Amino acid sequence: MIVNLIANYEEAVAVILFGIGLTTLLFQRNLIKKLIGMNIMDTGTFLFLASMGYIRGRKAPIIVNGVTDPAAYINPVPAGLVLTGIVVSVSVTAIMLSLTVRLYSRYHTLDLDDIYVLSKHQTEDR
Amino acid sequence: MSFITNFPLFTIILSLFSGALCMMLSGEAARRYTLTCECALIAMAACVLGYTLSTGQAFTYVMGEFPAPWGNEIRAGVLEAMTAVLFLIVMFCAVLAGRKYLPIDIDESKLNLYYTLINLMTAALMALIWTNDLFTGYVFLEILTLTSCGVLIVREIGRTTLAAVRYMIMNLLGSGLFLLGVVLLYDVSGHLLMVPMRASIASLASDPGNMTVLSMAVGILTIGLAIKSGLFPFHYWMPDTYGWATPTSGAVLSSLVSKAYIFLLVKTYFRAVGIDVVRRMPIGNILLVLGLCGIVFGSVSALRADHINRMVAFSSAAQIGYIYMGIGLGGTVGFTAAIFHIFAHAVTKSALFLTTPRLAAVSDDSLLFKNLQGSGLRDRNAGIFFTAAAFSMIGIPVFAGFASKLMFGTAAVSVGSPLKLILVMVVLAVSSLLNAMYFIRTVIRIFGPAPDTAPRYTGFRPTYNTAMVILTVANILLGLFSQVFADLIGRGLMMFA
Repeated sequence: MIVNLIANYEEAVAVILFGIGLTTLLFQRNLIKKLIGMNIMDTGTFLFLASMGYIRGRKAPIIVNGVTDPAAYINPVPAGLVLTGIVVSVSVTAIMLSLTVRLYSRYHTLDLDDIYVLSKHQTEDR
Repeated sequence: MSFITNFPLFTIILSLFSGALCMMLSGEAARRYTLTCECALIAMAACVLGYTLSTGQAFTYVMGEFPAPWGNEIRAGVLEAMTAVLFLIVMFCAVLAGRKYLPIDIDESKLNLYYTLINLMTAALMALIWTNDLFTGYVFLEILTLTSCGVLIVREIGRTTLAAVRYMIMNLLGSGLFLLGVVLLYDVSGHLLMVPMRASIASLASDPGNMTVLSMAVGILTIGLAIKSGLFPFHYWMPDTYGWATPTSGAVLSSLVSKAYIFLLVKTYFRAVGIDVVRRMPIGNILLVLGLCGIVFGSVSALRADHINRMVAFSSAAQIGYIYMGIGLGGTVGFTAAIFHIFAHAVTKSALFLTTPRLAAVSDDSLLFKNLQGSGLRDRNAGIFFTAAAFSMIGIPVFAGFASKLMFGTAAVSVGSPLKLILVMVVLAVSSLLNAMYFIRTVIRIFGPAPDTAPRYTGFRPTYNTAMVILTVANILLGLFSQVFADLIGRGLMMFA
């Protein structure tokens, strides 16, 4: 078990990061901390993907010196997926930050529970 | 290859293009353009449905001429085409009927941007329905999440912003888990396209030692999509989200967005993992139990709600429970029931969310039950549409809700496990009773005697009635010809494999 964990330390770290991010996103009450948790969670996934996609001793998949043997290169797809994932993560973070700004300017707090209590007292019923 | 095989891609591209175009149009022009565009999309999806029915088999559209296992693919079968047609019809009706509230809830200068969001959402829905690639599924899943957050916060009041934040937190959690699940599956199978992935997983699953890893990957993916679609105990964001959104958004979010995630889940089970492998995992039983809990808790919360939109939203949580119950029962009958319920719930719930604001409009703009007394008499059309949809939710024959409950019962019998049969039957009975209690109570309330029952004019245009008639007729057609639809769904599921 331990030997396996040490041999696959990159994946183990990725899973631990994912767990830290997940719990932060779920249990932190501060909105900014929640967002940081979300980013850690995504980073964990990207680390996992990137480390699985890399094979030691192989090169980036750009043909140099006429070597066309696929065994000389790594698969470019995982790196592409990581890039796509980062783009998605950035845009989601941007939207969430803008929502946070909007909530803060209305309720003057970042604590989600406090905001919830404050919003209950509003009379915006339709 | 017929020209029709291009249509699934066209539906996605046209919606994306319309999204960009609406940014440059005025609000009214954007509305007209969006409605026209939806009609064109419905026609295209109907052509695909006709084509797949006539040829009797599904087709795969290879993008960029890169053959599997490298390229990206779109796939269309009977089930995908049916879902696309139905979702587009509901979308069309929601846009048509929600018209009056949009200028009230949204700043005039931003009205066209709302239609941009609606078009992008349509594109994401279409892509989720047609895609044959799990990572494409993930990307459009995120686009769907972002656009659904967008249509929620266009009504700029504190509560929608708060609801949007809570909605996004749950959804981001779900997306993160889904992504991890996809990455794990990619890691063990080496493919992202569904068909090669299934072949690879089938050979891996023949060794029982690999089942732990596979179960974990599929389990994580399932939890992700379950959180996103609002399965118990992740349903608490629903009432605020659906209750405070502008009516079109509420209808679209409850009836289409959460269902698209479930559709992707079913597609993943059948096409990417292989249903035989999924049956060997303990996932089905967990989904069944959570579904049953969702039905009971959703119905009890709905019974306790004091606000009609919250009641309808909690009832959504219960209906999501029904769908997961069908998936949990497994077997073709269970999945058929689940998918039929997706259709039935889509037409019913959107009708409810589009009617409640109209009842409120004749009750001093209040959605509280105590103020709704007699509102069905002040606006008879709205009262009738609400009653029809409520009857479908209760499960009164002729309406779609009855047919789907019958199918769930049949599915429970066909499983062949006495414990599951008893559990499902008891929960179905209890939930039908609870449904009847809160919906009949509401119907009595809106048609009850009130000091003022004179009809009031509230400025709704005839197009509103057109949209509601389409939804109600679709509801009755689903109920009357349920066997035809069930056969079609069964054929579609066969094509999945």
